[in-house]
Amino acid sequence: MDTVILLTLTGLGLAALYFLVASGLSLVFGLADVLNFAHGVFLGVGAYGTWWAAHNLPGAGSDGFGFVLAVVFGVAAGTLVAVLVELVLIRPLYSRTIEQVLVTVGLSLAGVALLQATWGADARPFPRPEWTRQVTGILGANVPNGGLLLIIAAVLVLGAILAFLRWTRYGLIIRAGVENREMVTALGIDVRKAFTLVFAIGGAAAALAGALGGVYFGTVSPGQGGSLLIFAFIVVVIGGMGSVIGSAYAAVAVGLTQQFVNYYGTSGLGDICVVALLAVVLLLRPQGIAGKVATA
Amino acid sequence: MTEVKSPEAPAPPAAVPDELTPGRGRWHGLRPYLPLVALVVALVLPYSTLHLPGVFEGALNSPGTLQLLAVCLVFGGLAAGYDLLFGRTGMLSFGHALYFAAGVYGTDILVTKAGLPLWQAGLLAVTGGTILAALLGAVALRTVGIAFAMVTLAFAQVGAILVARDFGGLTGGEEGLPLDVSGLPQGLVGVTNTVNLYWLALAYLVVVVFVVHRVSGSPTGRVLAGLRDDERRIGVLGLDPYRFKLVAFTLAGGLAAAGGVVYVLIVGGASPHITSSEWTLALLVMVVLGGPGTRWGPVIGGILYMYLDHRLVAFGTSDAVEALPAFLSNPLSQPLFVLGTVFILAVYFFPGGLASLAPRLALLRHSLRIPSRRP
Repeated sequence: MDTVILLTLTGLGLAALYFLVASGLSLVFGLADVLNFAHGVFLGVGAYGTWWAAHNLPGAGSDGFGFVLAVVFGVAAGTLVAVLVELVLIRPLYSRTIEQVLVTVGLSLAGVALLQATWGADARPFPRPEWTRQVTGILGANVPNGGLLLIIAAVLVLGAILAFLRWTRYGLIIRAGVENREMVTALGIDVRKAFTLVFAIGGAAAALAGALGGVYFGTVSPGQGGSLLIFAFIVVVIGGMGSVIGSAYAAVAVGLTQQFVNYYGTSGLGDICVVALLAVVLLLRPQGIAGKVATA
Repeated sequence: MTEVKSPEAPAPPAAVPDELTPGRGRWHGLRPYLPLVALVVALVLPYSTLHLPGVFEGALNSPGTLQLLAVCLVFGGLAAGYDLLFGRTGMLSFGHALYFAAGVYGTDILVTKAGLPLWQAGLLAVTGGTILAALLGAVALRTVGIAFAMVTLAFAQVGAILVARDFGGLTGGEEGLPLDVSGLPQGLVGVTNTVNLYWLALAYLVVVVFVVHRVSGSPTGRVLAGLRDDERRIGVLGLDPYRFKLVAFTLAGGLAAAGGVVYVLIVGGASPHITSSEWTLALLVMVVLGGPGTRWGPVIGGILYMYLDHRLVAFGTSDAVEALPAFLSNPLSQPLFVLGTVFILAVYFFPGGLASLAPRLALLRHSLRIPSRRP
């Protein structure tokens, strides 16, 4: 029994990580039709920003309030990079889907190489608070605190994004834009501001995933974002592009499937089951679980 | 071979006024023969002992240089095969590395683990890769556009996982699987026989260019170009887009698998990084840099990319770069940073790739020359 609980909770931790990456991807794709290969770079910037801040920023550290400050710095760096990428690189190419994909592909290659050039290709130990190394006993299972932290953060982010989408004017514009961008433009609303905003939200969520993923794995390396990104893509497709809540459901399904099958079957089988799940969803319901709706 | 650009290449960026069209210069009559000249140069190359300092490490016919050239040629062919999907049919596949890896690992496993002779192993690997492409393409092509890209990416990821996790001890996992050379023909083994591998790579490139050329010139090729430009219209004409796309996907998969067979002989083994999605992204970069949908663009793009990928490492550690301040020299020592940046710039400023560069430069030259003629 405690094995099942442990697997469920670690699976949910993984799902939280996927959700943090996928939510931004999904919103960006739903609103702006940009398949963002550079999302992994935002994650890397968040992780390395936190790592750098914990060592160099005055007041920041690896424990207590200093760690919060370091994470805030990392998230701010990720958000800034995402906004800059949108303004400088993506904006001139709107409505040219293939070119946008190509630019983000180039950016993902160059960005990861830049991280590697600056901080080396090897994984570096991540500064993390002492309590995240320990475990909490839940119903007889010893669950690592880093995973719990991820779950709490993902739930908070999910709540914040849903509240933002539902109760603010910009949330309304984003929801409407996902549904029918031309109509929103025709009503005289500048959708491009919403594009930048969505990129900022996505970048912040991905950077947070980078920082907390560093806590969870204990190390940070330039290639981390890329390997997470493929599963995040799968989550986005299964959940339905443009749907945040769909991404959340899909992330949970993918995370749990992966964790349980990898434990009870051969290692690596879970990853393959996830792709099989993707193929089944695409064949039976090509628009994904939630379809193209940004509402809750 | 009367023109460098294929007939269905994208239209030039703007109509060129008569007075600006390139004149019938001295070299104009030679243009149709340029590919032939390039082929002759490629054929003569292994007999030359020329030293090109800075371009290659050793003499042109030294084994190291020939191996680098052979890898470049294989990738020229792979990029041309990938262009059949991306440039000519308009399908954005992110899983092309899978079929290449099927050729590499298929040959390697059949030769090393099953002890088959090379020709059987190669034939089986190419057949297997083609069938794999047909099966996976049949599923993936039920989606279109970006969803298709993601599904092919996911399939390729399964391949990468299968190779990395080493099920049944076949693939050697992270270590890779060195090719067992004891059963291979003597002419393909050993440093002194690198030149034969070079011939093999050149033959592969010629075959791929020929196949792609014949397919794109055939009625099927016209339909593929039509699918790229307006898929609905092809459907209205009574043709089934799904079947034509599946044909292109299968053919491209088979060509990639054949490239894998040649590649495993040149490199002498398989390593798991060829299954990664970065490998497909590299193919995409090659095609876009060279010029999608053109006959020679992807070939040149593939050759140049592989060459730069190898040589930029040496460039990055050279004295000239080391002397720069750290914030410049560190990124420049990363080949992927340079290539990625060049790629982004190419997407912005040279949408037609290298193949479109010649007409653009001619245009520039003429606009510069005309004022000087009339002072």
